[in-house]
Amino acid sequence: MLKSKAGGFIFQLIAFMLAMVFVSLILLAVGASPLDAYKNMLTGSVGSMRKFAEVLVSFVPLLLVTAGLLITFSAGLWNIGVEGQIVLGAIGSVWVLRQFVDSSLPPALIITLSILGGMVAGAVWASFAGMLKTFGGVNEIFGGLGLNFVSTALTLYLIFGPWKREGVASMSGTEPFPDVFSLPQIPDLRISPYALAIALVAVLIVYFILQGTYFGLKIKAVGKNIRAAYLLGIPTWQYSLYSFLICGALAGVAGALQVTAVYHRLIPSISSGYGYLGLMVAMLVNYQAVWAVPVALLFAALNIGSIQLPIVMKLDSSLSGVLQGVLVLFVLLTEGVRQKFVKKV
Amino acid sequence: MRTFFARLAMLALVMMFVLSACGTQPAATEVATEAPAGEPFVFGMLLVGPYNDNGWSQAHYEAGKYVEENLGATMLYLDKVNPADRPGTTPDQLAEELVAQGAKLIIFNSDDMKDASTTFAKAHPDVYVIMASGDQVWPDGKAFEAIDNMTNIMGRMEYGKMMAGCAAALASETGKIGYLGPLINDETRRLAASAYLGAKYCYEKAGNDPASLEFKVTWIGFWFNIPGVTLDPVQVSNDFYTTDYDVVISGIDNPVNLGEAAKLKAEGKNVSGVAYDYVAACDAAPDVCVGVPYFNWGPEYVKAISSAQDGSWTSQFIWAEPDWADINNPDTSSIGFVKGPALAEDDAAALDAFIAELAGGLNLWTGPINLQDGSAYLADGEVATDQQIWYLPQLLEGMEGLSAAE
Repeated sequence: MLKSKAGGFIFQLIAFMLAMVFVSLILLAVGASPLDAYKNMLTGSVGSMRKFAEVLVSFVPLLLVTAGLLITFSAGLWNIGVEGQIVLGAIGSVWVLRQFVDSSLPPALIITLSILGGMVAGAVWASFAGMLKTFGGVNEIFGGLGLNFVSTALTLYLIFGPWKREGVASMSGTEPFPDVFSLPQIPDLRISPYALAIALVAVLIVYFILQGTYFGLKIKAVGKNIRAAYLLGIPTWQYSLYSFLICGALAGVAGALQVTAVYHRLIPSISSGYGYLGLMVAMLVNYQAVWAVPVALLFAALNIGSIQLPIVMKLDSSLSGVLQGVLVLFVLLTEGVRQKFVKKV
Repeated sequence: MRTFFARLAMLALVMMFVLSACGTQPAATEVATEAPAGEPFVFGMLLVGPYNDNGWSQAHYEAGKYVEENLGATMLYLDKVNPADRPGTTPDQLAEELVAQGAKLIIFNSDDMKDASTTFAKAHPDVYVIMASGDQVWPDGKAFEAIDNMTNIMGRMEYGKMMAGCAAALASETGKIGYLGPLINDETRRLAASAYLGAKYCYEKAGNDPASLEFKVTWIGFWFNIPGVTLDPVQVSNDFYTTDYDVVISGIDNPVNLGEAAKLKAEGKNVSGVAYDYVAACDAAPDVCVGVPYFNWGPEYVKAISSAQDGSWTSQFIWAEPDWADINNPDTSSIGFVKGPALAEDDAAALDAFIAELAGGLNLWTGPINLQDGSAYLADGEVATDQQIWYLPQLLEGMEGLSAAE
């Protein structure tokens, strides 16, 4: 029974319940009603079309990043540097927009170029982590982490230095771009259908790559057993690097969309932690593209819904982060327990 | 098998939709039953820092409480509205959350939210907006825009900073004053410069050579510490105190300089500090507190919000004076100064005399005043216009520190 699908489901259910119980205990400890908290998060995320649109704004970069991470995870790589790849995507996108501020080219073309700019910048940044691993023997976790710090420093340098606002030195960000440089949004809602479409297409492409191509099969082979893949004639380091490039490109697009669809300028925390959140989503869906959409949507809903907690209940909104983290931990924990049971039975 | 979790997540998501459809209705009836005759006016406030930061944000929060008491209105607030604490959100989006909870007027409390407040005000012409410290609707301002539902409110803290500078100069034994600056913009330049003008005036009045006064500004990069992003204001304070700057004036949103001064005083160093923004900020470390110039947003907020309530609202730019009859009157004065225990008795008397001079019409923004690069800003006897003060392009001659980002 424990080996069966139903057995797996029971363990997932247990994990989910444990996470809820754990967070409820925290809430009770601070004297808040867990039911009220969950209800507020619920209505705060899907209680109206406007709120759901906000969820989608958060969902777009999260899905793009998750899609990219599915590729690197499939190749057996922990691309922690994804956070910095989003940042570089944003920087690349802002750089392109700055070149065309006074241009007479059609804005649609400029925005497209800017997103492509972000894509290239993200991929190039990811290639650094890839090359450090391939040629320098630096574990991609450490390389990526270091590059994340460098990307933050680079953003601050640009905001305080070459791209600063006239007469201002503040980490508030660069001068906002004119409205024509914004991706069109649905009237009265903040979500851009183009951004949403880009994210959904990206996850479809990743699904197709992993499920329906030799390329994807080879990436997975590298991830499962790099030595065996090598012996089978797969150029393993190249495939590792390809996976970094794809992930970086998708993270770069996420960064470019943060600029063209959300903030319309460069701000210090432009990546908004979506890289780290994407890592959690990718782990939760067991690296399967098809499930990335609902889980990323759930995480985005938790992010947006939790804003109600400080407004309505005077609770800290970081509770959603606690819930997300605890979910991942309990799912991993119960999976471990189940594996043990399966072996014993 | 972890995909089962994903299925569960999808199930949860579907349940969210279903439940939310049912869930919103009882909430609506609750509002109806809670608000019988004469619904209270609900206003929202977005605070850049924590509501209890002992500084800028707390001053706004307390003013909101003052409005609640005086107008019977209800405040909704969200604090820590800044890119570091609420990644992935924008102030205009968060303002909409407050509107969704019933707010009919939104106060944006930081210069950091200026662009977002404009975006929000234009997108929601039916919601009143108060943008504190901004100049968007100042007809004589550099970036004037006619936004009918927006009012700018700011206190003339230039006077408060002059008092702060004066108190610091009186308290300093080394003649070296440090100024803990936030970020560099028009507001922070003119406030740091005002502190310098006050310091220079009182230093000279106390019989010292004003040329020997050292006044150094160090900017940390934002209104408060953001680890890894800004300079650490505690470290900056420490650098000042350990290099003979025995009084540090806070220009940031909280009085962390006092904490560092208290620590060093316990080690035997004779140092003190001037707090900022909030009337009770000295309580953080009274023994080393020379005083605090503070904002009292309550009276102007009451005026603006009651005009929104009774329909007499007009878009205004308000740069409110202290009530010179009693600068610490909570019902009339927008700017006040509380003297701290670390200010000696005779120095306190000298400060009182200075405040009386200001009340009597002394204007330190009178020439000759040169900018930091030596260029003349105000000719001898020339009195600065409001624009010349608001948009001060550089620090002043005699001040050390950056005038703009390098």
